[in-house]
Amino acid sequence: MENSWQNKESVEFEDDTVFTWPTLVVKEFLAAIFVMVGLLFYSFFVNAPLGELADPSQAENPAKAPWYFAGLQEQLVYFDPWFAGVVLPSIIVVGLILLPYLDNNPKGNGYITFKERKFAIPVFVSGYVFWYLLVYVGTVLRGPFWTFFWPWQEWTHDFPTPSPLINLSLPVGIAVLIGFYAAGFAIPLLLFKNFFRSLGVIRYALTMGLLLTMIGTAGKVFLRLVFDIKYIIVTPWINL
Amino acid sequence: MKDPNSEKKFKDSVNDIWRSVFRHGYTDTPRNRVLQIISNVWLHLHPARVREHGTKLRFTWCMGGITFFIFLVEVITGVLLMFYYTPDVNKAFADTIDLMYTVPFGRLMRNVHRWGAHAMVITVSVHMFRVFITGSYKPPRRFNWVMGVFLLVITFLLSFTGYLLPWDQLGYWAITVGMNMGGATPFLGHEGPFSQLLGITASNDIRFSLVGGTTIAAPALLRAYVWHCVAIPVIAVALMMVHFWRIRKDGGISGRL
Repeated sequence: MENSWQNKESVEFEDDTVFTWPTLVVKEFLAAIFVMVGLLFYSFFVNAPLGELADPSQAENPAKAPWYFAGLQEQLVYFDPWFAGVVLPSIIVVGLILLPYLDNNPKGNGYITFKERKFAIPVFVSGYVFWYLLVYVGTVLRGPFWTFFWPWQEWTHDFPTPSPLINLSLPVGIAVLIGFYAAGFAIPLLLFKNFFRSLGVIRYALTMGLLLTMIGTAGKVFLRLVFDIKYIIVTPWINL
Repeated sequence: MKDPNSEKKFKDSVNDIWRSVFRHGYTDTPRNRVLQIISNVWLHLHPARVREHGTKLRFTWCMGGITFFIFLVEVITGVLLMFYYTPDVNKAFADTIDLMYTVPFGRLMRNVHRWGAHAMVITVSVHMFRVFITGSYKPPRRFNWVMGVFLLVITFLLSFTGYLLPWDQLGYWAITVGMNMGGATPFLGHEGPFSQLLGITASNDIRFSLVGGTTIAAPALLRAYVWHCVAIPVIAVALMMVHFWRIRKDGGISGRL
């Protein structure tokens, strides 16, 4: 404050900028110090996990992926590995890459608003929550043989036999799948004409295709948990 | 006898040395505040002036910066760990035990490296969340979001490849789970649908190329090590260069247009 030039400053620059040095650099430096101190403290008191020596003949039960992939592993309950482990994460990555090209809403650029982005925010947030919910279930709530245990329950090997699962017959399954996507594409078309008009055909198809796949993934979880349905589509080549 | 100019001479020589290092004076003037940024190789990624809201923690959450900082911490602790670690199935676990119980500060280094890796996955995903809800992926920043998605995947892969290195039951079976999923890739994995069409078997599929064999064994450990310590960090740095450079090119920190 003692420097006289600082008073002149506000007259010379009539914009919303400030000097990076020191305004921003100080904050970055402080953030780095806090993170470093936090990491050191945590690491001082909590040891990184280390199991026994790897033994290929002695499988862990449950064998768990690292927590950030546990959500995909949890999806193995509901889908075959080719979908849960490969196709689904690929769709997620492709969807994230496409996201800025699909969202052509010019509003909400560079500030937080819910009112102006009533579609984008709920879709992204529910996907985000869904991902972490699966991570939580896979990491914390799955015991031996990937059996579900609540946090207050003890992990045992002595759990009731799960109820038998059923598959939909092929014609019913195809009808359900096509019906789901057809209804999903058609309903917003009829109810929210402006939504379709603002996106155009290609953006609409990609947006709804990705969104319906996300909803369908959750829907399959629901079908399995409530109706004991294992597969919707059963063919000699792939099951879904 | 005392030289009346000694104080000035001393100050001049200090200033001379300071200038030889920093290329500008150290008095607090607008000119030096600018030079502090643009003539410093470590800071010149910043603009000399930045929009005020971009310095607000409630807007940026500082999550991108913290992610980069943790990456640097991982590089430093990772190099230190490499001094003591051998990617050999007969030595890896014993080396890890040594790090935990014998090597001075080895346990702290390993703990910081491990927890830092978890922290980095979290900060990256919080950063992505922040960028989404502030709409900072919208034009002209669309492509930088794409770069960010690649960096997210790279962060997962960095963490995942490191998981096998202690060669303990935890890592071994986690990688087994992950690689079995890879073996189920449609067309390219031997347990995936339609792989017979291409003549794919357990010894020529995508899983084989990732782990260097049909089971998780010595070649898998070496591959995880090389990916983890050399290849993926190099890719990560290359992507980060583009990511940071594009922030400037796309108009700096996002804000109301």
